[in-house]
Amino acid sequence: MSNKELLSYPLLRLVISAAVIIGIWQAIVVIFAMPSFILPSPFDVFEKLIQRYDVLLKHSWVTGQEIVLGLLLGVSMGLLFALQMLMFKPIKHWLLPILIASQAIPVFALAPILMLWLGYGMASKIVMAALIIFFPITTCCYDGLRNTPAGYLDLAKTMQATKWQMLRHVQFPVALPALASGIRVAVVIAPIGAVAGEWVGSSEGLGYLMLQTNARMMIDEMFAALFILSALSVSLYFIADKLLEKLIPWKV
Amino acid sequence: MPMSAKQNTASDIESAMSKISIEISDGYLRYKDSDEVIIKGLNLTLPSSSWTCILGRSGCGKSSLLRYLADLLEDQVDWSGGINIQPLCESKRESKHQVAYMAQEDLLMPWLSVLDNVMISTKFGAINKANSKQIQLDKALSLLKKVGLADKSDFLPEQLSGGMRQRVALARTLMQDKAIVLMDEPFSALDAVTRYRLQNLAFQLLKDKTVVLITHDPQEAIRLANRLYIMQGRPAFAESLLLPTSPAPRDFDAQCAALQQAIMNRLEKDYVE
Repeated sequence: MSNKELLSYPLLRLVISAAVIIGIWQAIVVIFAMPSFILPSPFDVFEKLIQRYDVLLKHSWVTGQEIVLGLLLGVSMGLLFALQMLMFKPIKHWLLPILIASQAIPVFALAPILMLWLGYGMASKIVMAALIIFFPITTCCYDGLRNTPAGYLDLAKTMQATKWQMLRHVQFPVALPALASGIRVAVVIAPIGAVAGEWVGSSEGLGYLMLQTNARMMIDEMFAALFILSALSVSLYFIADKLLEKLIPWKV
Repeated sequence: MPMSAKQNTASDIESAMSKISIEISDGYLRYKDSDEVIIKGLNLTLPSSSWTCILGRSGCGKSSLLRYLADLLEDQVDWSGGINIQPLCESKRESKHQVAYMAQEDLLMPWLSVLDNVMISTKFGAINKANSKQIQLDKALSLLKKVGLADKSDFLPEQLSGGMRQRVALARTLMQDKAIVLMDEPFSALDAVTRYRLQNLAFQLLKDKTVVLITHDPQEAIRLANRLYIMQGRPAFAESLLLPTSPAPRDFDAQCAALQQAIMNRLEKDYVE
């Protein structure tokens, strides 16, 4: 394999750019003689990663679950809303203003209320993550459904398609690529919802761990948690991207 | 056996419905959201087992007429005039179940294989339980063979050329097995040779149907028509034209060329108006 071919692998590019960032990071620590409670050296952080792997793993498991469940909830809610707006036109006129108004309220402002209603456990974080991705999913999916090429609809009509057959065999498959782009965005922003939820009130998760370690000046461990959080988000994105590419390869 | 008796009656009905001729008298069409009358005083005869070609400049209303006949304009237009369908027993609502529609674009679903695209009509409407999956599959495969794409049944549409895609669309139309086939310039996006071959193939495969082909290409109309109309004027009406004596699909001879020139002269006048 030539060098050029090797560079075409996204994973390899990721490793290289990570190495460069770590290099710059270490250089800053050395050149500016950063105290470890402001910016720990990457090697200290790696040491923590290995040393405290059990604690980190436990909290990552919680946050990971929150993100994935939040994604599932948010995507299905978005899908349901989009389908409703398409199939029941009168409902759309009532739903759309509510939908837009709901986006005017910052999700973070809702976090304390969600804690109050759903408790300090995972449920409130799952709902946070779902709420933050719900809007992009709904709009992407609804646009996809609505913009079904007229020719397809005409063809199905001349074949006596019912409303539901049309949805199932024409409009829904047509909308899937749009839904896929919505999901790609959602995968990136869902962790924000989950971690923000943990910051507001929780007893476990990476966000909780970051707050705790920050308060105790264990900055290297906080960075370790941050590192895992980004690794988690990035791998989720790559998995989702590859999966969607496989499942929905067509463009309309 | 009761089973076979039942099948016999079903096929009897099918064969009775497989020949339909339509006569339109004094047709009038206007879109509800516009004051402009599109069609007025339209008289057309669409006989069974023949190709009726309707020529006209773009925007003359021929597409609107075809879409109305395909029942795609139900709520959008005002229509008056007689539509007489033979055999008489059928109402307009029943007749629309006898219509297949072929558009300029092939309209293949990019997520379905060639075979599934051919079979897509089996997913719509009242699902016919009498025809088993296997029968439908065999039928689709034999149709793909007829259009020369038997080896492409597992391909996706994006892997095919424009001509092949339109052939799949033709097989899909035949799969519907409707007495009336309405064609809205289905060959116009193809290159000359591909178009020529597809015209011949379609003509041969659809010769038992009541075919209505609308086109703005005089050459195409002259080649394929058993009966030729030209739509002109605002609002538009149709006028029957005399065709060369040779049988369709015609090789282009001096008679055809003369007719093409005559049609061109008339169409040109319609553009100036």
